[in-house]
Order: sequence, then structure tokens, then C-alpha cells
Amino acid sequence: MSSLLQAVNEKAVRLGIPLSVHLDVTYRCNERCVHCYLDHDDNGELTFDEIHGLLQQMADAGVFYLTLSGGEPLLRDDLFAIIRRARELTFSVKLKTNAILIKEKEAALIRDLGVEKVQISIYSHRPEVHDAITKVKGSLDRSIAAIRFLKSQGLKVTMAHVIMRQNRFDYPGVQALANELGAEFTVDPTITPHINGDRGLLKLNISRQDLHEVMHDPAVLGGDVASFCAPPLPVTENDLDALPCSAGNSACYISPYGDVFPCVQFPLPSGNIRRQKFIEIWKDSPQLKEVRSIRMRDLPVCSGCAHVAGCSRCPGMAYMEGNMRGPSTADCEKSFAKTGIPTANMTLKGAALGA
Amino acid sequence: MSEKYIKPSRNIAARMLDDEMIVMSVRDSSVYSLNATASVIWGAADGSTPLREIVASKVVAQFEVEPEVAYQDALELVEELAREGILVVADHPIHSA
Repeated sequence: MSSLLQAVNEKAVRLGIPLSVHLDVTYRCNERCVHCYLDHDDNGELTFDEIHGLLQQMADAGVFYLTLSGGEPLLRDDLFAIIRRARELTFSVKLKTNAILIKEKEAALIRDLGVEKVQISIYSHRPEVHDAITKVKGSLDRSIAAIRFLKSQGLKVTMAHVIMRQNRFDYPGVQALANELGAEFTVDPTITPHINGDRGLLKLNISRQDLHEVMHDPAVLGGDVASFCAPPLPVTENDLDALPCSAGNSACYISPYGDVFPCVQFPLPSGNIRRQKFIEIWKDSPQLKEVRSIRMRDLPVCSGCAHVAGCSRCPGMAYMEGNMRGPSTADCEKSFAKTGIPTANMTLKGAALGA
Repeated sequence: MSEKYIKPSRNIAARMLDDEMIVMSVRDSSVYSLNATASVIWGAADGSTPLREIVASKVVAQFEVEPEVAYQDALELVEELAREGILVVADHPIHSA
């Protein structure tokens, strides 16, 4: 993050401004990804008029970064009208999509509307693997065609690659594909529990050995493995005074039904925009206030962990494990995979030596 | 002396954060922070009000500066923002940026 963006984010936290909002406009989807944490029914999505009003409220509240996602957002007939309104209100709009509905016409419209970036999930460079994960035959070919349409319009495209057991050997191939298409490449080995609390999806996580391999791959890390995987630095008072995450501090998530949460991965119900103004929820929700009150030193296990300064600990994943102040085991695994040094949580559980 | 008219480019995102305007070019994701004076000028950049009038009504009164000095500074600012592609500057009113 540039120093200016970091300063902007710190200022937003200091002033209590929700700089970033992730809005899922639908949970409906035309893929059925094996690792998806959502259900795909329509339980009463926000109408266009409701979203229109919400966008104005968010602009008034100071929201700058707006991520539109789903489900598959292009399944909404009014998606482009939503984006148009968002751009009239000068949001920086990022679109997350599987892109299989994006053809030349849609790509041109996305560019004309001034979408800043399009993120597309690609699970493999091999159709048989990608399509088996999405459960839609031909989906990889359609997503790649869409990326070409978007790139031909000069748009920035990110290929987001989630690593799971089904595709654990494919990230180099996806990275090569991204290079060929002129897209950015991100890789994430995190599987999220289902929104209904079912943790069965976590069985799709790759093994500790495979995670170690990913975390030490210079191609994924841009070459600086030694720095990325270095042992953690001594913990300072500043580390302990730090906020655990931007969730609830300068960012939040809104579901297709108007429910507000600290983050898309932090399903702590904090209000609903059908019952309250967005700014009232942001400022006054007891749940968001509680999230905001937490500093690293308040985490009973993690505050005593050597990794506290450099850990990617997700408070939402911790919440889904049962305690928003607790450890996030998936992130403990990442810290361990990077450095070989067990986290306090792993030591406590006696799990560091097990596979 | 010709008048100058200014209007934000269509390809920007912008939001006021306290007393500074944060502006992003959505084409290359460059981010800019405008100070209080520049933010006032940006906020008044409607494409139809001459820059000299914006400076006189919004800047001189608020920031207690000499009108001609303020105008020359404003001119320099808007030309720099135009070079960055985030502001349109023209010798005539701008209806669409």
C-alpha cells in the first residue's frame, strides 16, 4: 500500500469514516463452486430504489471504495444501472464476478462506466479442474474469453485464485495464464466456513505441507521469500496497540438483504439498512462498537504470540471459530508455514508437531 | 485574457475526507490528495463557473490571499491536475467531461 493510501486509511479510522464498503447485490449465482460459503436463494434482495438510496447514504458517510459482488452480480438486470449511479456519486468501483456473462458489449459498458478494476475467480488453467470446481462445463473458457474482452477495453483485471485440495498444483499454471492475458494475479489459500456456520467446507483446505510449499514459492511471492518467511520481529508496544483489521474500523460489508456486518468474512450481524440509516448503523451499532474497541493487546492468546506483528489473523475467521478475540487457526497455519515457528495457539493446542 | 473553465474528468473517483479531497484516476489507479484550498477549487469545478470567479468567491474570501496571487496559484494547480488527467481545463464552458 502506498504511503498516501495508508495515510488515507489511518485518517478514516481516526475520523470514524467507512472508507470501504463491500456490497453483495445478490447471492444468486450461475456457478456452484464447491468451496462457496453462500446459499444461492433470493430471500428478498434490495431493490434498485433501495440500493439507489443506500449509495447516496454511503457517499454522504464518506465511502470511497465500493466493491460490488455476489453471488454473481451480473445476474441482476439492473447491475449496470447500479454501477452508473455509483459512478455518478464518484465511488471507486471494483467489480467481483465470475465473468461468464461478460461479452464485448458488457466489457465496453464496464469501461465506459469507469469501473476501476474487475476481479475474476479462476481456479485452474485446466478446464477439467476449473469446471469441476464451478460445476459449470465451459466456465473456464467463458471466463477467459471475458478477460480478453475486458483487457481489450484497457481495463484492469485481477485473476483471483483460491487454492484448495482440488487445484493445489495449479497455481503456477494460473499465474502463467494471468501473465499471458495481462491480468494481475492473486493467490489465497483460505477456505471460509459456510455462512450458515457449517465448517465442513474447511476439509477443502490444502495440507500443511502444501501450504508450506505455496508460502515459499518465489514465483507467488515475487521472489522475496527470505523476507516474507523471516522469523517474526520482537513484539513492540505499537504492535499491541494496533487494530486487528480494518473490518468495522474503516470498512464493512452489506448483504443483498441489507444486513450490515464488519466484513464479508465476519458475519456478526450489526444492523439492517431497511430499518436504520447506514450512518446510524456505522456509528451506533453496539456490535461495530465492540469490534472497534479491540486492540491486539486485548486478544488473550494472540497478544502473547511471537507472530502478533506480522500475522494475517482474520478476526472474522476467529469469530466463526467461536470468539472474535480468539485466534484464527487458518492464519496460525499460514504463520507457521511461512516461518516454521509455531504460534501461541498451536503451542496451546499441542498441534504444532501434528500434520 | 481568456477565462478558464474546469471540470473533474469522468474517469475519476473522489471523496472529501475531512478537509482534503481524495481523487483517484480509475484508469491507472493513481491516487491524489488535494489540500484544503485545492479541494475548494475542485468542489466548485462545475464546468460553467470561470476559474477567476471560483477563486474570487471561494478562495480569496476563505483563505485571505491576494486575488491575483491566488488566481495564478490556482491556474498552476488546475494545469497540473489536467496534466495528470483528472481535471479538464478549457477556454470555454465544459458540458461533458
